[in-house]
This record gives sequence, structure tokens and C-alpha cells, in this order.
Amino acid sequence: MSRYAMAIDTKRCVGCTDCVVACQTENDVPVGYCRDWIVEATSGVYPELQLEIRSERCNHCSDAPCVRCCPTSASHYAEGGIVMVDHDDCIGCKACIASCPYDARYVHPEGYVDKCTFCIHRVKEGENPACVSVCPTHAMIFGDLDDKNSEISKVLQTRKHKTLIPEAGTKPNVFYLL
Amino acid sequence: MTKRFKRRQFIKILGAGTGGAVLGTTALKAFQPGEKTDNFHLLGKATDAATPTYCEICFWKCAGWVHKKDGKPWKITGNPDDPNSNGRFCPRGTGGIGAYTDPDRLKTPLIRVEKNGKQVFREATWEEAFDYIADKMKMIKKKWGPECVALFTHGSGGSYFKTLLKAYGSNNIAAPSYAQCRGPREEAYLLTYGEGVGSPERTDIRNSKCIVLIGSHIGENMHNGQVQEFSEAVANGATVITVDPRFSTAASKSKYWLPIKPATDLALLLAWINVIIEEELYDKEYVKKYTYGFDELKKAVKHNTPEWAYPITTIKPHIIRETAREMARHAPATIVHPGRHVTWYGDDTQRVRAGAILNALLGSWGRRGGFYAQAKAHVKKYPVPKFPKPKKNWKDAFPNQFPLANLALSSGICDATIPTAERDCSFKGWIVYGTNLMLTLPQPQQTLEAIQNLELLVAIDIMPAEITGYADVVLPECTYLERYDDLRISPGRFPTVALRAPAFEPKYNTKPAWWMAKELANRLGLEKYFPWKNIEEYLDYRLKSIGSSLKEMKEIGVKKLENEEDLYYLDGEEYEFNTPTGKIELYSTALAEYGFDPIPRYTAHEEPPDGYYRLLYGRAPMHSFSRTTNNPLLTDVKSENEVWINPKVAREWGIKQGDYVVLENQDGVRSNRIRAKVTQRIRHDAIYMVHGFGRSDKRLRRSYLRGADDTHLITRVKLDPVMGGTGMRVNFVTFRKEGEA
Amino acid sequence: MQEINITSGRMNPGVDPLLHAWGWEIPLYLFLGGVVAGILFFSAVYYLRGKANDYKAAVKIAPLFVPPLLALGLLALFLDLSHKLYFWRLYTTIRWESPMSWGAWTLLLIFPLSTAWAATFVKELYPQWDWKYEILNKLDDWLKKYRTQMAWALIFLAVILGMYTGILLSAFNARPFWNTSILGPLFLTSGLSTGTAVVLLISKNHEERKRFSKLDMALIGIELFLIIHLFMGFLASTEVHIHAAHMFLGGPYTAVFWSFVVGLGLLLPLFAEVLELKGYKIPVQIPAILVLVGGLILRFIIVDAGQSSRWLYKFIEQMYY
Ligand SMILES: Nc1nc2c(c(=O)[nH]1)N[C@H]1C(S)=C(S)[C@@H](COP(=O)(O)OP(=O)(O)OC[C@H]3O[C@@H](n4cnc5c(=O)[nH]c(N)nc54)[C@H](O)[C@@H]3O)O[C@H]1N2
Ligand SMILES: Nc1nc2c(c(=O)[nH]1)N[C@H]1C(S)=C(S)[C@@H](COP(=O)(O)OP(=O)(O)OC[C@H]3O[C@@H](n4cnc5c(=O)[nH]c(N)nc54)[C@H](O)[C@@H]3O)O[C@H]1N2
Ligand code: SF4
Ligand code: SF4
Ligand code: SF4
Ligand code: SF4
Ligand code: SF4
Ligand SMILES: [Mo]
Repeated sequence: MSRYAMAIDTKRCVGCTDCVVACQTENDVPVGYCRDWIVEATSGVYPELQLEIRSERCNHCSDAPCVRCCPTSASHYAEGGIVMVDHDDCIGCKACIASCPYDARYVHPEGYVDKCTFCIHRVKEGENPACVSVCPTHAMIFGDLDDKNSEISKVLQTRKHKTLIPEAGTKPNVFYLL
Repeated sequence: MTKRFKRRQFIKILGAGTGGAVLGTTALKAFQPGEKTDNFHLLGKATDAATPTYCEICFWKCAGWVHKKDGKPWKITGNPDDPNSNGRFCPRGTGGIGAYTDPDRLKTPLIRVEKNGKQVFREATWEEAFDYIADKMKMIKKKWGPECVALFTHGSGGSYFKTLLKAYGSNNIAAPSYAQCRGPREEAYLLTYGEGVGSPERTDIRNSKCIVLIGSHIGENMHNGQVQEFSEAVANGATVITVDPRFSTAASKSKYWLPIKPATDLALLLAWINVIIEEELYDKEYVKKYTYGFDELKKAVKHNTPEWAYPITTIKPHIIRETAREMARHAPATIVHPGRHVTWYGDDTQRVRAGAILNALLGSWGRRGGFYAQAKAHVKKYPVPKFPKPKKNWKDAFPNQFPLANLALSSGICDATIPTAERDCSFKGWIVYGTNLMLTLPQPQQTLEAIQNLELLVAIDIMPAEITGYADVVLPECTYLERYDDLRISPGRFPTVALRAPAFEPKYNTKPAWWMAKELANRLGLEKYFPWKNIEEYLDYRLKSIGSSLKEMKEIGVKKLENEEDLYYLDGEEYEFNTPTGKIELYSTALAEYGFDPIPRYTAHEEPPDGYYRLLYGRAPMHSFSRTTNNPLLTDVKSENEVWINPKVAREWGIKQGDYVVLENQDGVRSNRIRAKVTQRIRHDAIYMVHGFGRSDKRLRRSYLRGADDTHLITRVKLDPVMGGTGMRVNFVTFRKEGEA
Repeated sequence: MQEINITSGRMNPGVDPLLHAWGWEIPLYLFLGGVVAGILFFSAVYYLRGKANDYKAAVKIAPLFVPPLLALGLLALFLDLSHKLYFWRLYTTIRWESPMSWGAWTLLLIFPLSTAWAATFVKELYPQWDWKYEILNKLDDWLKKYRTQMAWALIFLAVILGMYTGILLSAFNARPFWNTSILGPLFLTSGLSTGTAVVLLISKNHEERKRFSKLDMALIGIELFLIIHLFMGFLASTEVHIHAAHMFLGGPYTAVFWSFVVGLGLLLPLFAEVLELKGYKIPVQIPAILVLVGGLILRFIIVDAGQSSRWLYKFIEQMYY
């Protein structure tokens, strides 16, 4: 078994949006939509400031409300815990959009609901997701948490990290290194 | 010759000429968002072979691969063998496909004609366009001499137009990357070390332990390899010291952010030099062995104490001391970044030189973690006959000015186009390749006046950029993804050569620059300067000289060559610098000779009056100047710029987050409306915006009137007396409401 | 002080900032579901209590509106689907964890049952009516024998339907404003109340009107109680819930909610009904219509506000994009 996850280093990330553009071309995400996005959170008052930059996307939650609430099973867990939407099963009821605390989903102009796939088509070929492979600052690590020797397992053992809104109880698999 | 077009009106839209309407509708269709896409290709893999290219979205020139899927354009990825990209493109390069797909592209040659008293563009054939240009060029040559034609160029295809212009008899060839960008830096380092910094910069950031950024906003300035090395250094725990009036992305990664009062960096640099000398923190052996003028320097900066600098810069003395010590602690693996766009306040050569001196004191030039020795491939030129010798050049227009300018000043040529009583001939013709002069040159009012005095203005572009609206003839180039260009031979840690081959057929009626230049040469009787049959032959010839071939390069994209020199060469070894004294000149003998300060000296700059704020500008990581602001993929992540305003200032003016405001500068010039970004991330005496927005050409449907154009507000500059750079951060703006009188 | 800046293609009306996946269709559907639940509930209850003739409007006439109302609701639901041609996928699985799924199945059951229920009264209301086909007439006779069973089933399904319209929303953890167990009872109560309003509108029987007026007053009272509890619950909960409540207590929804839903939709009809009971001459249509409109607006506001309330970037006013 494998459990795929992503770790994103907020220290390295410069918020360039390359991951967004790369996802767009790799996955033909139509103009006007996106599967990932950048959040810049500034805290403090001039001149004592802090900036956290995060590249965000679907968290491929282990306890995913979007999968739970989907009336047709279109939203489902695929291999390695990747949360996928089967376009031909999706009726476009948008319950999953309402259910996702991370607002990770959108309605594709063709009607079905779409979101980050962890680039499962690349992962299956042993490649990194497009966003990971393009990031100029090497801010992203993708890998298998069930493999204790994977880079991601190791980095999560050594670096301080967080997930987004853990209190929502979704058990996200995208981690932010602090 | 006709005088009819003497006064050029800006043509925003295609004339009622042939096909204008037709083009309009087809383009509109392509503009609809959410076109049918094949989104679910879990099993699909790119089967089509990839084509090598190097990126043209900025001048870092990363090499990569263009991929197709089912024969259709898909994506661009970096070439792992390329040291500029290391296999990873920046967002602009990744979004390069958008340059190809942009439905607003120029589609066919255009010629300015008059219709019912209005100037419009008429669609023309290439033959008509070339004939028009050749006739005018012949006329100018006959009447005023070939030197009265200038070439502005900022892009790969420009090299063929350079050949054309030199063959024609003019060497007035200018790029905005000199007088509006890194000219002062190159001259400052040349004066100090006898060598420039080059592009990509020879900075060994990857191995630096301490990085000092004077305004360089790495991370927003997305020069790829540099960003990669910067983040690597940060991850390895390097100390970053960022001097910037704005809490830049780089500042957020820094141990020290010094929110300096704009225009006072020279004072800070001198104070650092003072501390390093007074506390004897400099590399004594290095200074003794390699430098010239230490004692004069020591004397000159004696009074430049941190206490002296404090009221000028607003940086506290203990912070100045602490940061100076930090730099010394890590030396020589400390780098005071030389900057890139450094034309800020008119004393730029001197400011950058202060940084160069600091680097010398820290011993970082020629050392690991500082500056390395660049290696560049030697690739044979295709032999052409000797060019005719021009009788005069642009410098004649500026007697006794800018003595140390080593390259032509684009702004200078612009100024010298406006006739004066003294000049025997002003410029009569401009060929503008890949540079949007209306946004690129400061003082647009002057650019416009110059243009009105031209007999011929040819713009070669891929987009209906502002400059094309003033052209007599517009030549539509195909994008870099649809053409061959000359080889990329950029300097680096080891020499490399990269190939750009066409991945797609040119769309519409567009053509590559090499073809245009060759065709024009034919019409001007200069064909002997383009002796090759086609570009493939030309490239193959050059590649053979390094033991490769076009065929091989199409498979590998990038060829790495052996480095014959050491990267770090100043570890105690003898070395003769290419300066008058053969040493690193802390005291510049050349500057002294021309009557400039041989050691940088701080003089105060004008400050904004009450209610005005200094206009600062910079980059956003996903855009390159004005060349990407209409790119469908990149406008998707950022479609307009915003003006950064400190919350205190915003409160005073009653401006709220997201409000649209209008900026008015000291000369009463107003900007287009721009959204307010009210943020703690900027000082209260300055405002900031990203350059390249606020486009004024209707044909740019995504970017037309989106955000504001900083250039429009840069109605004055401060010239660098040393080399003619245009200091552009000397404008002050205040806030006006939309529609307010 | 936190400044949030989001960069990407999501900052557009199709995706963000409010991420309003649901427009008018879902609230209308929820409203109609509530009305139908109310009608069926009272029809069945009073049938079982032997009041079929006393409360003719409630037991026999109102159910005739159910099939068209349900059809309209389903149409709204269908219109909301963005991948319409695949709607039949709803009925290829039953997913108990998905309120959307069991709601769809409930409707599938309730539609024929309520149609049959209504049909059995047609001949009683319109004696000259003929079902044209013998088989239908036979079916009618046969169904009439099972009215009691049908009534029980209807009560059961009506309560599920009424609750479901609220639970559909409250199941969404991700939207703090929906995330309260009060939404189920509140929507059920509101549904019942709108059901009584329909009866009030069509009833010509003074006794029946008085009965349903009283019922409505009680239901309105419960609703007011639930609303107060809703906000008290939020205010005693986590930061995001407090923030969600503040959208109604000084935030963007304050005016519409308190004036239209509570004022016009609850207090005013309550007041009117009280006055009427006290003998003042007030056309019964007025409170009834107010209740219906109030119920509709309640659905709209709650669906809308829920989508605006969120965990992430919750301080949307401070967000820069
Ligand atoms: N106000 C202000 N002025 C500035 C700056 C600033 O920050 N603010 N920055 C300065 C600096 S550092 C620099 S380097 C310069 C940059 O100056 P420019 O290089 O002139 O910048 P761009 O605005 O990108 O204009 C490039 C033009 O080339 C066109 N183009 C793009 N690709 C091709 C191609 O393949 N072929 C052809 N023929 N044309 C092409 C684009 O459509 C665009 O019109 O600007 C300088 N001027
Ligand atoms: N994404 C992207 N990257 C680019 C480009 C692009 O168009 N887009 N262009 C490339 C080119 S050609 C160039 S030249 C470089 C330019 O990039 P840099 O060389 O990094 O440009 P600067 O003008 O130094 O940087 C602007 C920064 O200077 C700060 N600043 C303004 N005034 C002052 C001051 O008085 N003192 C100090 N210390 N700081 C000040 C601003 O707040 C801003 O953060 O970027 C390159 N990289
Ligand atoms: S590509 Fe990397 S550095 Fe750029 S925004 Fe994405 S994660 Fe950050
Ligand atoms: S982030 Fe949202 S869409 Fe992704 S698995 Fe979690 S709940 Fe589902
Ligand atoms: S929109 Fe599609 S994926 Fe989402 S819940 Fe409905 S059917 Fe499932
Ligand atoms: S993993 Fe793939 S689908 Fe997900 S954001 Fe990255 S590139 Fe897009
Ligand atoms: S840095 Fe980015 S835009 Fe510049 S050449 Fe490289 S990939 Fe292209
Ligand atoms: Mo530049």
C-alpha cells in the first residue's frame, strides 16, 4: 500500500505561481480556472513583518468530506489515497464543492467537477506531479508516506510542519514545512 | 518622398482596411474562455517528440523542450542539461505557450495609410512592406547618410537586424538593457575590476553564506537560475540581508530587512565600508595584494559612520554595524549583489561601485560564494564581408557627455532624434526590434516627440504593442516557438550552447527575423552580408565549429563544453586586472581622469513634497515587463497590477483595500486607474507598482487599460553623468479619485 | 493583522472569492421540498385523525399541489446540475453518507406515493372525474384501501424530507454557518409552517383556518426559538462559527435576515394571526403569503450565507486579491 503526500516548504517557496501555470498546461486546465493557487499571508505591523507563502491545492484528505457527500461515488479514493473525480460519474451537483473546507474544487466548463489529481497519470509513470517537477525553488516534495525511507517521510520526521485547518478533521495529505 | 505621415497618430485598432473585420471575428472566437479541452487524459502521454528551444520571455534564456500532445501545443519544460534552468522553467517560461496561442497576436504586415483624414493600418503583403522600408532606407541614406538610421533591439532575432544595419552603414544600435537597466552596473564593475558582471550574472549565490540584496528583489525578479540558487542558499542557512523600502519576497526570507528610505542606499553602503574598515573586518591580504587606493578610500569614508548614515537612511546604527559584521563573518563567501536594473537615481554607477568596493574589501570577487570566473563558448561566426565604416555615431550628438558609456544609449538615440540647431543631422529612421519603446524608455512624452520627427519607423514585434501603433510599417514576427534563431551562447560556470528550433509552423502570416533581415538585405543590395542559403545552413556551420551539428543539437538541445579556466581564481594567485592600474580599483583612476568622484560620495536626492510619494516599480514573478501582460496563461494568474500603499497613508487618503485610484505625478500627468493594495509591506514615503501594465492598445484585449503604466508617470529622469543611464525613481505621485478634476 | 493575498486563476467569479456553487436552484428546491413535506404531513396526520372532511383543504385539496410542486423542485435540482446528461448516475448507487443521495432516493419514493395519495382524493373532490382507463380506476379503488398505510408512510417520508432539506446543508462541515444540528429541525419547522400557509390560502372553512392559524403560530414560535438557539450555539462555538454568526449580527446578511425572514416572514404573520384570533378582520391570505415568502427567503439566505462562511481565508474582508 502506498499513501501519497506532498510537502511544501514555505521557507523556499517564493510564490512565483509556476506550479499554477505548470498545472494549467500539463492538465489542460482551462483559462479562468485552476487546480492550485498561491496564498501569501502577511502578519505583523511595519517594520516587524512575517510572510508565509503557500502553494495550495486539494489535500487528498484521508477522511475526505467530498468523497463522503458525493451521491454518485464519482468522488472516490484511487490508488495511494489520491482523491479522484470520475468525470463520467459526476452529475455536477456540487455537493463536494460545498463540502470541501479548502475550496479545492471547481466546476469545469464541460460540467463535471474537477480538481488536483496529484497528477496521478504522471505518478503512475514514476514521475513527480507537474507542479513539483517545475518548481524552481525545489519547494515541493512528493512521495509515499508508507515508505519510511522516502524523502517526504524523512522530511516530515525532521522538519516542523503543519496541515491546513486540521480542526476540520479531514486528515490532509499536503503538509507545509515551516 | 511624402510628408503626409510626418505626424504620427497612435493607431489603436486595425483600419477599415482589408480583412480587419474578418480577423476581428476569428480572433474573438479564439478568445472565449473555456474552449473545449480534453481534460481527462490519465493515460495519455505525450507521444510527439519534443523540440528544443530557449526561452524568449526574458533574457535569462533558459533552454528547454516544447512538447506537443496529439500534434497540438501542450507544454514547455526545462532542459536538465541547461545551467540557466536546471530543467525547471520559471512561470513566465512555463507560460510561454501563451505567447503562441494569444489570439491578439500580430498577424500580417501592416502599413500606415491615410483614410478619410484618419491614419489607419492597411494589411500588406511582405513584398509591399519590404519595398516600402527599402525605399525609405535608400532615401535616408542618400539624403542624410546611413548613420541616421538607428536600431533598437532587445531580443534574439535582433542579431540579424544588427547585421543588416551594420551592412547598411550604421552602428547606432541600442538596447534598453543598457541605459535603462544594467549599464551602470557593467560600467561600475568594469571600472573597479576591469570586467563586467555579465548575464547571467557571475554571482556564486549557490555557495554564498551571506547574501546582501540592495533592492534586488529575487523571487519577484524571477531570473531563473538565480532564484534557484537563492532558495538553495536560504535552505542551507545563508544569512540574507535585504535592503529595500518594501518588504519584498526576498526580504521575507531574510535575517535582516533594512527598510531603507529610498534613494539613500549609497549612504548605507558607505557606512558599511566605514565599519568594515574602522573595525578592520576587511580581508587584509586580499586588499593588499589585489586592490588599489585603499588608503584614499579609508580617508574618504572616515566621516561616513553609521551615526552619520542613520538620519539619511533611517537605518539604526547598531543594525548597520551588526549587518556589516555579519558580512565580514562569512567573507569571502559573502556577496553584495551587484543588482541588475540599477538605473534608479542618476548616481547609479557610483552606488553600484560602492557595492563593488564592499565586495573587494570582503574579498569575494574571484572566490567561492562570491563571484566566479565566467566561461563562454567560442563559436565561429559565419564569415561575412567587412562592414562599411560609419562616419559618425550617436555619441557625436552628446559632445563631452557620458564619457564612459561603452554601449549606445537607447534614450540617447531617442533624444538625438529631436532636431536641434547644433546637430547637423538627427536620426531619421528607427528600426525597432522586440522592444516596446513607449513603455520601455522613460519620459514617454519625449519618445513621442522623437517619433514625430522620423521619416521611417519600422516595428518588428509579435504583439500589437504600443510602439507598433506609431510605426509606419509593422512586421509581424512569429514567436520563438515557431522559429530558428541564432545560438544561445551564454556565459556561466561552464560554457554551453543552446539551440532554438521551431516547434510549430508560424501561425498567420508571420515570419522569423532572420528571414525578414535577409529579404530586406536583398532589396537594399546588401545580400553579400547574408551569404547563407537558409538558417539551417547558418546554424550548422556555426555548430560544426564546436564539434556539433544541427542534427545533434535537435536531439540534445544544450551542449555543454569543457571549462578551461578555474571558477575561483583569486586564492592568493597573481592576477592582473584589466584596469589602468592592473588592480581592483577602490580608487578609480578612470573616474578621476574624467573629473568624476574616484571614490563614491553621497549626495542627497530631492525628496517628495508633502502629500506626494516616491514612485517605485519592479517585477511580478509571472510577468516580464509588457511582453507578457496579454499572455492568456499569465494574465490568468495576474491580470492587472496594483499600487502598494502603506495603511497609514491609505487611511489619510481614505483609500480602502481594492479601491481603484488614479495617480498623478509632479508634472500633473495621470495614470490609468489602478487598484490599491493596502499593505504593511511598504514604507509610508513611497508607493510601488509592477511595471508593464496599463496597456493602451485596444488590440490587446486582455490587458487593455488593466492597471496602470509606471512609465507614463516617469516624465522626468536623472541622468547618470558617467554613462548616461536614466535614473527613473525620481518621480513623485499623489492620489486622485477617478474622474476627479 | 493578517493580510491574505491569493494569486491564481481561482480569483474569478467561477471559482472564488465566494465560491458560490449554488445559485437560486438549490434554495428553491429546498423551499419546495419543505412546502411539500408540510402539506403531506398535515394531510396524512389529519386523515389519520379522521378529519378528512372537516379539514378538506388540508387533507384532500392541498395534496393535489404536491406532484406539480415536487416536479418543480426536481426541475430546479436538475437545472442546478452542471453535468446534466449524467443525472441518472444518482440512481445507480445508494450512498448513506451522502444526504444528496438519500435525498434523491427519498424523492424517488415520495413522488409516486404522494401522487397516488393525491389521486385517491380526486374523485371525492370532483365526483364527475373519470380516470378514462379501466386499469386506473381499478388502481384508484385499490389504493383507497391502503390509505391508512399510505398516510403512515407519508408522515415518515415527509419528516425525512423536511429534515433532509436542512440536513443536506448541515452535513457540510466545511461551511461553518450550515454546520449546526439546528438546521434540520429549523427547516422542518419552516417547511411545516409553509405547509400550513398553503392550507390557509386554499381553505374556505373557518374552523380549518382557525386550526391552521393556531398551528402556524405555534410553528412560528418554534422557529423563532430555533433561530435564537442557532445564534447562541454559534456564539458559544469556535472562532469560525462566531464569525459565521457575525455575518447576521452586524455583517452583510444582517438587514435582509432580520427584516425579511424574521420581521416579515415570522413576526409580522405571527402578529397578524394573533390579531385575527382576537377578532380583528385581517385577510388570512396576508400572513399566509408572508410565511411562504419568508420561508423562501430563509432558504435563499441560508444557502447563500453558508457558502460565504468558510474555514480557510475566513477573514475575507481583509483579503486582498
Ligand atoms: N518604467 C519602467 N521602464 C523600464 C523598466 C521598468 O521597470 N520600469 N525596466 C527596464 C528594464 S530593466 C529593461 S531590461 C527594459 C525592457 O524593455 P523591453 O524589452 O522593451 O520590454 P517589453 O516591454 O517586454 O517589450 C518587449 C517587446 O518585444 C515584443 N516581443 C516579445 N517577443 C518577441 C519576439 O520574439 N520577437 C519580436 N520581434 N518581438 C517580441 C513584445 O511584444 C514587446 O512589445 O525596460 C526598461 N524600462
Ligand atoms: N518576473 C520577472 N523577472 C525579471 C524581469 C521581469 O520582467 N519579470 N526582468 C528581468 C530584468 S531585465 C531585470 S533588469 C531584473 C530587475 O530586477 P532587479 O534588479 O531585482 O530590479 P530592481 O529595480 O533592483 O528591483 C526593484 C526592487 O527595488 C526596490 N527599490 C525601489 N527603490 C529602492 C531604493 O531606493 N533602494 C533600494 N534598496 N531598493 C529600492 C523595490 O521595492 C523593488 O523591490 O529583473 C529580471 N527578472
Ligand atoms: S513553483 Fe514553487 S516557488 Fe513557485 S509558487 Fe509554486 S511552490 Fe512556490
Ligand atoms: S481537499 Fe477538499 S477536495 Fe481535496 S480531498 Fe480534501 S475535502 Fe476533498
Ligand atoms: S459534483 Fe460530482 S463529484 Fe461532486 S458530489 Fe456531485 S457527483 Fe460527486
Ligand atoms: S499535482 Fe498535478 S494536478 Fe495537482 S496541482 Fe500539481 S500539477 Fe496540478
Ligand atoms: S527565467 Fe523564465 S522567462 Fe526568463 S528565460 Fe528563463 S524560463 Fe524564460
Ligand atoms: Mo533589465
